[in-house]
Amino acid sequence: MNTQASTNFVNVGERTNVTGSAAFKKLIMAGDYARAVEVARQQVENGAQIIDVNMDEGLLDSQAAMETFLKLITAEPDISRVPVMIDSSKWSVIEAGLKCVSGKPIVNSISMKEGEAQFLEHARKCMAYGAAVVVMAFDEVGQADTKERKVEICSRAYELLMGIGFPPEDIIFDPNIFAVATGIEEHNNYAVDFIEACREIKQRCPHVHISGGLSNLSFSFRGNETVRRAMHSVFLYHAIPAGLDMAIVNAGQLDVYDTIDPELRTACEDVVLNRDADAGERLVDLAEKYKGTDAVAEKAAEEWRGWPVNKRLEHALVKGIDLYVVDDTEEARLEALHSGGRPIHVIEGPLMDGMNVVGDLFGSGKMFLPQVVKSARVMKKAVAHLLPYIEAEKDEGAKGKGKIIMATVKGDVHDIGKNIVGVVMQCNGFDVVDLGVMVPWTTILQAAKDNDADMIGLSGLITPSLDEMVTVAHEMQRAGMTMPLLIGGATTSKVHTALKIEPGYDGPVVHVLDASRAVGVATALVSETQKDGFVAQTAAEYAHIRDARAGKGQSALVPIEDARANGFVIDEALKPGAPLQPGLHAFPDWDLADLRETIDWTPFFRAWELAGNYPAILTDPVVGESASSLFADAQAMLDRIVAEKWILAKGVVGLWPCRREGDDIIVHVEDEKHVRVPMLRQQIAKREGRANMCLADFISHDGDWIGGFAVTAGHGIESHLAQFKARHDDYNDILLKALADRLAESFAERLHQYVRTTLWGYAPDEQLTNEALIKEQYRGIRPAPGYPACPEHSLKPILFEMLDAPHHTGITLTESFAMWPTAAVSGFYFGHPQSEYFGVARVGRDQLEDYAERRGIDLETAERYLRPNLD
Amino acid sequence: MTAEQLFRERAARQILVFDGGYGTSIQKYGLQEADYRGDLPLEKDQKGNNDLLCLTRPDIVEAIHTAYLDNGADMIETNTFSSTGIAMADYGCEHLVRELNLAAARIAREACNKAEAKNGVKRFVAGSIGPTNKTLSISPQVNDPAFREVDFDTLKGQYREQCDALIEGGVDFLLVETCFDTLNAKAAGMAAREAEAAAGRSVPLMMSFTITDMSGRNLSGHTIAAFWYSLRHLKPITIGVNCAFGADLLRPYLSELSKISDTLILAYPNAGLPNELGQYDELPARTAELIAEWTREGLVNMVGGCCGTTPDHIGAIARAIASAPPRVVPELPVFTRLAGLEPMHIAA
Repeated sequence: MNTQASTNFVNVGERTNVTGSAAFKKLIMAGDYARAVEVARQQVENGAQIIDVNMDEGLLDSQAAMETFLKLITAEPDISRVPVMIDSSKWSVIEAGLKCVSGKPIVNSISMKEGEAQFLEHARKCMAYGAAVVVMAFDEVGQADTKERKVEICSRAYELLMGIGFPPEDIIFDPNIFAVATGIEEHNNYAVDFIEACREIKQRCPHVHISGGLSNLSFSFRGNETVRRAMHSVFLYHAIPAGLDMAIVNAGQLDVYDTIDPELRTACEDVVLNRDADAGERLVDLAEKYKGTDAVAEKAAEEWRGWPVNKRLEHALVKGIDLYVVDDTEEARLEALHSGGRPIHVIEGPLMDGMNVVGDLFGSGKMFLPQVVKSARVMKKAVAHLLPYIEAEKDEGAKGKGKIIMATVKGDVHDIGKNIVGVVMQCNGFDVVDLGVMVPWTTILQAAKDNDADMIGLSGLITPSLDEMVTVAHEMQRAGMTMPLLIGGATTSKVHTALKIEPGYDGPVVHVLDASRAVGVATALVSETQKDGFVAQTAAEYAHIRDARAGKGQSALVPIEDARANGFVIDEALKPGAPLQPGLHAFPDWDLADLRETIDWTPFFRAWELAGNYPAILTDPVVGESASSLFADAQAMLDRIVAEKWILAKGVVGLWPCRREGDDIIVHVEDEKHVRVPMLRQQIAKREGRANMCLADFISHDGDWIGGFAVTAGHGIESHLAQFKARHDDYNDILLKALADRLAESFAERLHQYVRTTLWGYAPDEQLTNEALIKEQYRGIRPAPGYPACPEHSLKPILFEMLDAPHHTGITLTESFAMWPTAAVSGFYFGHPQSEYFGVARVGRDQLEDYAERRGIDLETAERYLRPNLD
Repeated sequence: MTAEQLFRERAARQILVFDGGYGTSIQKYGLQEADYRGDLPLEKDQKGNNDLLCLTRPDIVEAIHTAYLDNGADMIETNTFSSTGIAMADYGCEHLVRELNLAAARIAREACNKAEAKNGVKRFVAGSIGPTNKTLSISPQVNDPAFREVDFDTLKGQYREQCDALIEGGVDFLLVETCFDTLNAKAAGMAAREAEAAAGRSVPLMMSFTITDMSGRNLSGHTIAAFWYSLRHLKPITIGVNCAFGADLLRPYLSELSKISDTLILAYPNAGLPNELGQYDELPARTAELIAEWTREGLVNMVGGCCGTTPDHIGAIARAIASAPPRVVPELPVFTRLAGLEPMHIAA
C-alpha cells in the first residue's frame, strides 16, 4: 500500500521484454496483445515503478510491435500511470516509440558504439522528445569490461552530454553487468569491476543514475533458479550502496539477502566479490546441491508445530514468529475452503483471534510495542498471502473496523512514528492506507475519497510540517469533507492543534499523543455510540485551550531594540583562540564501531514508547523485560551494521573566522566569500538580571571563530529497509531507522568532541565519559537550525552551502528543509565557554520585519518560516 | 532588447495581464454566414469559423484586440486557435492556413503598435495554437484501442505549418494552449521549437494545460505535474492552465503547478462554469476577486480569461491585481522527473 513518489532504488519491470521473457515473446509473436497487456498490468501491480518494453526479435516487425503495444497500454490507466522505458538496440524503433509515449519516458539505450557524432545526434533527439536516457558503456572499441574502461567511457559520455546541455539527472549509465563464474579467469573480476565503477562514476559525474541488467551476471547457472536468485540478491546487496540505483529485474524473484542459506550466500559472495581464484569452482560444485530444491531448507519441527493450525497461527502471532506463517495460513485457507468457508474467514477467524490476544496483552500492559510490531509483521505476511484470494472473490463485505488514510505530510520525510501508529492500528482491526512520506494534500484528499475512508491521520516531525497540516485541514474544509482528522508527530501538540488546525476545519480534529492512544481515539471515532460524545468533549477541550490562551494573554514582548540592549554580554577575555586546523574537513567514512560506543540509548527507548532512562530501564519491573529484549535485538542488528557495513557514516566540519554584526554573524568562508547568518533574539520580557539571548551574543564584534557541521548515518539503509518492507517486516524496518537515527546523533556527539580536542583544539585535554558527554558537560554548544536556539529551518541551506554539505555528505534538503537521509544532524559550533542553549520562543512583528530584511527574504516568506515563533 | 527580455523584466516586477475570450466577443457582433465567408470561394458553410474573420472581417478582430489592450492587457493572442490544416479541414479551409496565420499575426501586431503609441508601454503578441480536433493518445474506435486518427509526424507537420506562418507574421511568442492531450502538446512544442530554429529569431514558447474533469487531469489522463514533467524539456517561458473551470476550482491545481515549476506561470480561467444554456454568467467583479485570491498566495505571473470572459472582465482583473507582487519563480532541487500519467521522482 506504499505509494511513495520519490524512491532511492528503482525496480524496472522486465517482463514486457521479448528478449527477457519467453512467455511475453510467445504472446507477441502470436499477436495476442490483449494478454501481453495483462503482463504489463501485473508488473505494475507487483511494484514495477517503470516498465521496460522491448520488441527486439528478428522475426518480428519490431517497430510496429513497439507502436502497437505502447498505444495499447496508453489506454490502460493502471499501467500508463508509470513511466515507460523504450528499450531497443535499433534507433528507428526507439524513435517510433518516442512518438507514441505521452509522459516522460526513458530511452534504453544509446552509446558511442558508432562514434561520437551518432551518439550526440541520438542524445539531441532524446532531448527534443523529452526523454531520460540510458547510456551503455560502449565505445568505438567495444563494450567496457574493466573498471577503468567503464569509468573512462562513462566520463567521456558525460562530458559530451554536458557539452550539448543534456540534463545530468536524466542520464542513466549502464556500465555492463557481465557473467561471472564462467570458468574463464578474466571474467572473475567482472562484478567487482562493475561495483567499483559505480562508485567512481557517481563521484565523477554528479546527478547521474546507474542501472544494469541483472540476469547476465548468473548466465553460467542457467536452469538453476536458486543459485541465480541468490547471486542477484548478493550482487544488489553490494552494488546498491556503491551507487546502483536502478535495475531491470523481476522484483518478485529476488531473495532477501538475510534469508539466503548462509553457505550459498557466502559462496555467491566469494564469486561476486572475487575473493579468491577458486570461488567460481566452489559455487559450481555447491550449485549441484540446489538443483531442483527449495532454497530454504525445512527447519526442524518444534513442539508447537504439532498443534492444530488455528492454534499454531495464534502462537505465531503472539510470539512474533514468521517462519511458518505463510504455510500455516495456506493450510487454514484450504481448511476453510473444505468446510465451505472463504479466505476472508481465515482473517476474521484465527488471525483476528490471535491479534485480539495480542491486543489484550498490549492493552493490559503485558506486551510492549516492539513485540506488537513483531506480531504485526506475522499478521501482515499472513494477510498478504490471503489477499489475492480475497480479491479474486471480490468480497465487498470485508470492511474492517474502519479505514484510515495515513501520511507524512509534504516536505517531511520522517516516518518512524507514523509507521508505528499504522502497525498498532492494523493490529486492532483498522484498515490502514499508508501513503508514505512527502505526501501532498491533493493525494491525501483523493485517497480519502477513493478509499471511502473513515478518517485521515497526518504525521510530521519538523516544524514546517505544522503549517502543511494546517493546509491539509484548510483544503479538507474547502473540499467540504467532514471525516475526522487525526494529528500526530513529534512537533505537534494539543495546543497547536487547538489553536491552528481545529478552527480551520469543521470536522472533528484530534491530536493523538502517541501510538498507544491512537487506537482509543480511532475506536471512539468509528463507534456509533461514543462518537458524538467524544467529538463534543474534544471540541470543548480545545475551545477551552483557546479561551485560556486568549484570556491569559501571553507574556509581554519587549521591542526588539530593548531586547538587544538587554543582550548577553560575553567576557571577551575568554574568547576561544583560532582553530588548530581551520577550514573544511570531510569525513567520508567514519568508523561505525567508534560511533556505536557513544550512542545515547534513552531516546531510542522513547522512540518505542518505553519510558525510562538507560541503563535502569533494562531492569525496570514493568518494561524491563521488553526493553531488554528490544535492546538485545538492537545490539544484534548493530553487530551486523558494523560487521557488514550497512551504513556509510559521512560528515563534514567547517571552522571559519567570523565577526558579529548586530544579531548577525558574518562568516568568512573563503577569500571573497562572506556569508551573513542572521540569528533570532528572545523578546519575552525578562526579569532583572536575565538577558534576552541571541546566538550572535556568543560571538565577538572584533573577530572570532565559528564552526558548522553536518553528519549522516543514513546512507545504505535503504536497500535493507526495502528488504524488510518486502518481507512485511515492520519491526526490523523501524528498528533499523531508529538505530540509524541514534548513530547519527552519536556521530554528531563524537565529531563535536573531535572538534573540541583536535580540529579547533580549545579543549585538548578533555576527558569525558559517555554519560558526561550525554549530559553536555563540555565547553561550547552545537545548536541546530530548527531547534529552539535558532528555530528557523531555512538557515540549513545557508549552512549546507558553507559546508558544501550535499557534496561531502550526500545529505539533501526537502522544500521544507528536512534532511534526507533522515538519520542526519547539522548545526553550528560555538566555542565560547559562556555559550549555552536557550529557546528563542515568541518574537514580535518588529523582529520579524527586521529579520526578513537581514535574511534577504520577503515578509511573507519570513512569516512562513517563523510561523511557529509568531503569535 | 528582445521581446523575451522585455517580458521577463516586466514579469519580475509585476503580474502581467493576458487577454480574454474571443468567441464571446465575436458572438456579440451577431455575424451571419455571409459575414464569415466574405468573398472567398469556399464550398462549405463557414458560420462559426471564427479564425476566418482574420481574412474576411479583420476590423472585428482588431476591434476585439484593441478592447482588451485598452482594458489593460499586456499580451494578446492571435485569433488562430483552430488555424491548423487538420482543424480547418472541417470548413474546407486547409489551403488557407498560411494566409490565416499571417493575417492574424499582423492584425494583432498592428493593434499592439497602436496601443503602444498611446502610452508607450510595450505590448506582446502570442500566436495561439489550439490542440486541434484530433488526439494522439486516444482511440476513437471502441473496438481498437491501438487505432489513432492521426500520427505524431503528421500532427507535428500541421503544427509546424501554423508556427512558421505565425512567426513570419511577426508574433513575439507561440502559445500552445488548452492542451487536452499531452502527446499533442509534445508534438506542438517540438514543432514550435523547430520553427523557431528555422526562423533564426527567438520566439519563446508558452504552454497551457487544461483540466477536463474534477479529477484534475486532462483528457489524456495526465495530472498537472505529469503534464509539466512531460513538457519541461521544451523550456517554455510560461506554463499554466486555461479554460477548464472557473478560477475558484482551478486554484488547487495552480497552487501545485506553481510550486513545481521553475518558469513563469500564466493562468486564464473561464468565467466560472457555464449555466444550463451553456452561457457564462460570472460577473467581472467576481472573476477578478477569485483571481486576486491567487495573487495573494503568490501563484501567478500573468493572468487573463478564457471562455466567457470579456474586456470588462480583463479590466476588472487588471485593476484587482495592479499592486499585487508577482510569483517568485522557485529554484528547484536537481532530481530526475519522469512521468507516466502520474509524476515519478528519482532522487539525484
